[in-house]
Order: sequence, then C-alpha cells, then structure tokens
Amino acid sequence: MHAPVKCFELSLPSRRDVMVITAATAGGALLVGCSPANLLSIGADDSHFGPFGPFLRIAPDGGVTVVSKHIEFGQGNHAGLAAMVAEELDADWDRVEVVQAPANTKVYANLGMGVQGTGGSSAIANSWLQLRTVGAATRAMFITAAADRWKVSAAEITVRNSVVSHPSGMTATFGDLVADAAKVTPPASPALKDPKAFTLIGTDRVRRKDAGLKSRGEARFTQDVHLPNMLTAMVVHSPRFGGKVRTFDATAARKVPGVVDVFEIPTGVAITATSTYAARQGRDAVKVEWNDDKAEKRSSAAILASYRDLAAGNVQPAGDLKWLSFDTHGSGAPPAGGKVVEASFDFPYLAHATMEPMNCVAEIGGGKNKLTFGSQIPTMDQLNTGMIVGALPGSVEIETLFAGGSYGRRANFKSDYVSECVHIAKHVGGGRPVKLVWTREDDMTGGYYRPMVHHTVKVTLDADGYPARWRHRIVSQSIMKGSPMGGGPLDETAVEGVKGSPYLKATPVVDGQVILPDAPVPVLWWRSVGATHTAFVMEHVVDQLARAAGKDPVEYRKALLAKAGATRHLAVLNLALDKAGAAPAAGWTRGVAVHESFGTVVAQVAEVKLVDGAPRVGRVVTAVDCGIPISPDQVAAQMEGGTCFGLSAAMFGQITLAEGLVQQKNFDAYRVLRMTEAPHVETYILPSGTKPTGVGEPGTPVIGPAVANALLAMTGKPTSSLPFVTT
Amino acid sequence: MTTTLDINGRSLAVEASPDTPLLWVLRDGLGLTGTKYGCGIAQCGACTVHVNGEATRSCQMPIGALAGAKITTIEGFAGLHPLQAAWIAADVPQCGYCQSGQIMSAAALLAHTPDPTDADIDGAMNGNICRCGCYQRIRAAIKAAAGHAPAPPAA
Repeated sequence: MHAPVKCFELSLPSRRDVMVITAATAGGALLVGCSPANLLSIGADDSHFGPFGPFLRIAPDGGVTVVSKHIEFGQGNHAGLAAMVAEELDADWDRVEVVQAPANTKVYANLGMGVQGTGGSSAIANSWLQLRTVGAATRAMFITAAADRWKVSAAEITVRNSVVSHPSGMTATFGDLVADAAKVTPPASPALKDPKAFTLIGTDRVRRKDAGLKSRGEARFTQDVHLPNMLTAMVVHSPRFGGKVRTFDATAARKVPGVVDVFEIPTGVAITATSTYAARQGRDAVKVEWNDDKAEKRSSAAILASYRDLAAGNVQPAGDLKWLSFDTHGSGAPPAGGKVVEASFDFPYLAHATMEPMNCVAEIGGGKNKLTFGSQIPTMDQLNTGMIVGALPGSVEIETLFAGGSYGRRANFKSDYVSECVHIAKHVGGGRPVKLVWTREDDMTGGYYRPMVHHTVKVTLDADGYPARWRHRIVSQSIMKGSPMGGGPLDETAVEGVKGSPYLKATPVVDGQVILPDAPVPVLWWRSVGATHTAFVMEHVVDQLARAAGKDPVEYRKALLAKAGATRHLAVLNLALDKAGAAPAAGWTRGVAVHESFGTVVAQVAEVKLVDGAPRVGRVVTAVDCGIPISPDQVAAQMEGGTCFGLSAAMFGQITLAEGLVQQKNFDAYRVLRMTEAPHVETYILPSGTKPTGVGEPGTPVIGPAVANALLAMTGKPTSSLPFVTT
Repeated sequence: MTTTLDINGRSLAVEASPDTPLLWVLRDGLGLTGTKYGCGIAQCGACTVHVNGEATRSCQMPIGALAGAKITTIEGFAGLHPLQAAWIAADVPQCGYCQSGQIMSAAALLAHTPDPTDADIDGAMNGNICRCGCYQRIRAAIKAAAGHAPAPPAA
C-alpha cells in the first residue's frame, strides 16, 4: 500500500534539487513514475498505519479516533472531517475524537492542492469522498467480522452508534469486534450512503470537539510549548521591508540576565534566551544599523498614487509590467446617449492580526529535524526547512498544533517565520529546542498583507438602464508571482470575483484588465483573498448602476443575476430577503449584497445606522448555499465569524507606510472589531443535496459592500475607499 | 529576587525581577499557559486574570505590585465554571486563543453583576478582542450563564 518511492537518486539536496521538486509540484510536470506528492515524501516514514489506514484508529474499548490531515485554527474542520467518517462508520459520535495528522504529503495531501495543506476553504470539500470511504470501508470490515463470528449473512447485519446487530438479537460493540475487524481486507470501493440516509451529517449533533479544551484553557498552542532545555528566541527585524543588517552591537543585550546568545540570521538579528521576558529585554537592548539600499522607502500613499496613475493611463507600464486581459468579450460601439457610471476604489494593505502572533518551535541537529507549531501547509514548511538544513523534505518531522487563527497568514510560500526559526535552531544546533516568539509588533509590521488594490470601473448603460459596456481596471501586487504555485502571468487571486462575475456575464461588451506591479512589501492571501476587494467593487457598483438607472437595487441585481443564469445567487438572495422580512426597525437602513467565493454563495441583508458619523451594523440576515452542510451550527459560526472579520476590515482595517515604515504596530493603532461593534448575524442555509463546499472564507467579503450599499441608500454617497472609519 | 505570589490559592515563591509582567511568570515560570500573550500592551485582553477578583491584564501587571494580592487564572476555577459550561454548550470558541481571557473577563463581570444587561456586557467585554468574531456567541453564553447554576456540557 505504501511502497517505497524511488524516483531518482537524491542525496542531501542542494537548493537546486529542491527547486526541481518545487517546480514539479507547482506546474504538475511529470517525472517518470513519480507523483509530486511522492517526491516530497521521500524520507518520510509512512509504514506505521494501523489496520484501518492513516485516517482512522479504533481502540480496544471501541473508541474512535479520526486523524485530521487539516489543521484546526478555528473553522471547525476537525468536527466536520470526523463527522464524515463517523456518518459512514455509524459510530457513536460521543465516542469520536480527533487528532492532528503529522506531516506526510503522500498520505495526507489535500486532494485539491496535491500537497498537504489547509486553505481555500477546501478542507471539507476535498475530503468528502475520501473520508466517507474510510468510514464505509471500516464499517464493512466490522460487518464481515460479525458475520464470520455469528455465522450469518452480512446483508442481515446493521450498525448503529458503534454497535453491530443481527435481527436474531446478537449484538457486539466496536470494541468487541475490533480485533477481528482489523484482520478483514477492506473493500476497495465500499458503497456510500445516499445523503438522504444521513443520521449525523447535517444535524446539530455535529458539534466542535475542541470547545472543552478551549474553554478550560487547556488547548495546546505553539505559544504554550515548553520542552526541556528549550531556548526562547526573538529577532530584531528590519523596520523597512527589504532592509538588511549592516552591523549590530550586542554588548548591552548580552548583559541581560537570561540572554544566551545574539547572532545574525538572514532576516535580522536573533536573540536566544532562557525565557520570553529575557528574550524581549535582550532584543530591546540590541543596536542594529540597517542597510536600506534595496528597502521599500515609499509611503503607501505614494504606492497608491502610482496605482491610480497606471489605471488612469497617466503612466505607461515599463519593462515587464503589462496589462493582462480577463473576461474581455464582445465588441461594438456603446449605445448612443447611454448613461455612464464611473467609480474608483482604493483598498489598503491589511494585516491578518491573528490573536496568536506567529511562532514556531524547531529542533535541528543531532539527527533531528523537527518542527512543532500550527503548520498550515506542512509540505511547504518541510520543503523550506529541508532547503535550510540540507535534508529531504519528507524527513522533516512536523507536529501540528492548534493555531490561534491564521486567515491565510500561516500559508506562506517562504514559510517566513518557520524558516526564521529553523535558521536560529540550526545555529543553536544539537537538536536543542528553540521557540521563536514574534511579538504583536513583529507580527503586525512583518508584512504578508492583503495587497493594497485599486479598481476603476466605467459602465455604460443601455436604454433600459442595464450595463451595455463594462470597462474594469485593477492594479495590485501579485500574491502568486514567483511562488511555486505561480501558474501563468495572470494572477487569478487578483481578479477572482470580478472575473467570472454574473454581472459581467450579463454585460454584452466587457473590457477587463489587470496590472500587477512589484513592490518590496510582502503580500499574501487574506481570508477570502481576491473577494476581499472584488466583491466590494462589484456589489457596490451594481447599487450605483441601479441608482443611475432609477431602479430598485435589489430588483436590478435580480434582473442581472437572472440574465446571467446565476440561479444559486438568486436563490440565496431571495432566501435572505425573505428571512429579513418587510422592513428594518425604525432608524435602520438596509443594504444588500451577494457574492460567490470558493464555490459557496452568500447573500446578506445588513441593517445599518450612523452613530457619531460612523456606521453601526445591527442585524445581518445571511443566506448561504454551501452544498450539504456537515454541521449547520458550524456553518452559522463561520458566517458569524466571517462577517465580523470582513466588517472589521471594512470599518477599521488599514496598514499604512510612511517612508517605508509601517505605522500600525499593535491593536491600539490597528483597530479591529470589538464586542460593541459586532453585528448580530442570523444564518439560513439553503437546502442542498450536492457535495459540500467551504464556509471558512465566503462569509467574509459580503458584509463590506452590504454596509456600503446601506450607506449609499442613507446618504446618497458612494464609498470609494476603505476603511469606512479612518480616525 | 524572590517575590511571593498567591496564585490559585497557592503561595508561590517566584524568582524574577519585580518589573517582570505577571503574564510571563505565569506562562514561563509556572507553566500556567491558559493565560495567553496577545499584544503586550493591555489592548487585547488575551492575558486577563483576576487580581483580588478584578479582571486584570497580566501583560502590564508587574509582579512587584502584587504582594498579598489573590491571583486567579483560568486554571484556578474550582471545577467547571458556569461560564465554561455555557461556552461549551454554545460552541463559542473557534481558534480558541482568546477564550481564556474572554472567560476571565466575563467571570469578573458575573461576580459583580450576576444578571448583566447588554450594556454591562459591552462594558466588561470590550477590552477583549476575538479575531474569529465569536462575539455574539460570547454574549449569548454570558447571558446563559448569568445567575444560573452550572449547565451540563453539551452532549
């Protein structure tokens, strides 16, 4: 089942070898006889799985343990993944627990990515058939074992709540049968249940398995790891992106009690100490002189101005920089006398600002290459670690813990903070554990932001007031450029949501162009990625078009969605409107938006009023089509949480640079949503019989435009930049 | 130097400089890791503990100021606190990192105000950030726990 892979001779790889592996993974290029996952697994020990395979263990007492290949950092996937196994196994849900899989690309790859990783709201979707098959095959093994023991036909045997029964009255628990079941050859293609026969999936019995741990303060995060002889490390980072250490003076730092060593690493100056507080004091005492020759020294305002100039055609792109077309279709002259609506939008850099700042524990040397932390893309972290220490990626051991939020931040092509920790642990050597701790300030000023983005839109309406021509320009740094998952020159993450929009489908002539200028500011996906800005633009533009046409925005939106054949959009929009009821309470104004991301469609009706000039959001009626919901309560939780995350950014979120220096260093300056500003989200799930899609991200991008549309209705003024509140 | 602290009903001698924030003594020194580091400047509430029954940000509380004070952390509740039961029943946590601090703030609120209004909850909880956006469940769980005996955990 897990034959050793022998693709090509690999000794300790040079950086170039590893880049070949990377390229093979990214582009899907074939090396004879090898899948990319196998390549990356070289060196991994994957021979130790039990009789029920790598995803499931059943103890002698009948307790069921599901092994999750996906990290749990809030979105509830552990419960959802376990429920898929338990449903087909007919296991007693109360006796199911979940543990985290180790890093192993071959066995635990995300089937949508080809590498082990969690992201793109794909944990449930990619596991849907895989884990149900695990449950169904194991159930069949128990039935065979019981039939053999009881000398009855397998067809007469039923399983319910971890109990195997025969009509004659004979029963046995999983615990009674597990030793025999383990000897049965699992069926290759076990029959899966008709979703109509589900007794667990889709019910409110599917609850989180980690709520107790997390409510008692017992969940183990990276920050909580304490190993014998462990050092705690901090790093002095360049205050400007792209800055390098010129010289440093560690004299004072070395005198701080508890400081063990101070040394240079590629990303700055590292301090190791015997405690977190000593590391912090030591870091404060290090004096560094920076070489800013290649550093970003512009302000974010200057970068944004350059984006506007590109979009307006004031500046022609130079060098390799060029406009790339998307969704462009149709031709012909605009209708004479058609109304023209023009709008432009500026979106700032955004920090993820997870509650647990980035951190990692590494043990390097002495025959050990081990990481312990909340790894979002273990394969990437193995690869980057392998390159630093000179080891095969698959031999890098990763123990993945709960992570205190990610929202995309921990899925990093360069494994930025992980690599930093590995450099430090390699310097320390001997396999001595090193915990790298980023302070909040490190985390917030450390980059990998949602890109700053500029859109300009010019729409010409036809005689009926509907779009006849749609010209769209987007300027953004590219997230994907230069990454192992790079693809072509068009970065889909910069245009998704405009590209493929039903409103563009409903428009006869579309001219869509994006340009992706480089900057030293590192950028990354941020919960819902392109939709963080594209949903805002499309949904807010539609309301502006409706106003220009003298039509009701909701009816106008419905007409365009119908014209595009966007039946799922229409269904959730109608559901949300129906549940919202006739009118808001006195003093509140409604705004509506609907958007599809990651295969899930979300519509929201938000009720908004102004308090001291700032929007206050009250009731938010949400309708979602995510296919079959595994856990309706966790779907609701993700709509609630996603809405807060999106509203936080729309209301307050912005990272700005002044002469290259990040101006927001902590939560005092980077304002985030708090209890008093949180809306009350009602969630309604569209009944569905189709396979599940994700819910971790699609709840995030809809609230911003819904609020902007309410403000437009209230004040007549469109929103042209976020955040709403800048003071 | 040695400071004696009363933590969760135990008298503990701590070897650290008096300016050391309580947070790091709890986490690094005593292994009480339920109390979290989030911002270090008393802006996020992840490090909330009780000092003489008051919700206190331990990241900004030097141990030198705590002689004779009674300190309670999330580990110090006698059994499952009604708020913890309500948290579990409502599946409040997502990533979970902020929840110890949320519960400690809420517990101090309920100790003073057994039947809090929405405004009371706003006042007590606005210093605790939850980036996952669990606020409406936090509010609901506080109301569920208010004035009630411990609810059984969800099945």
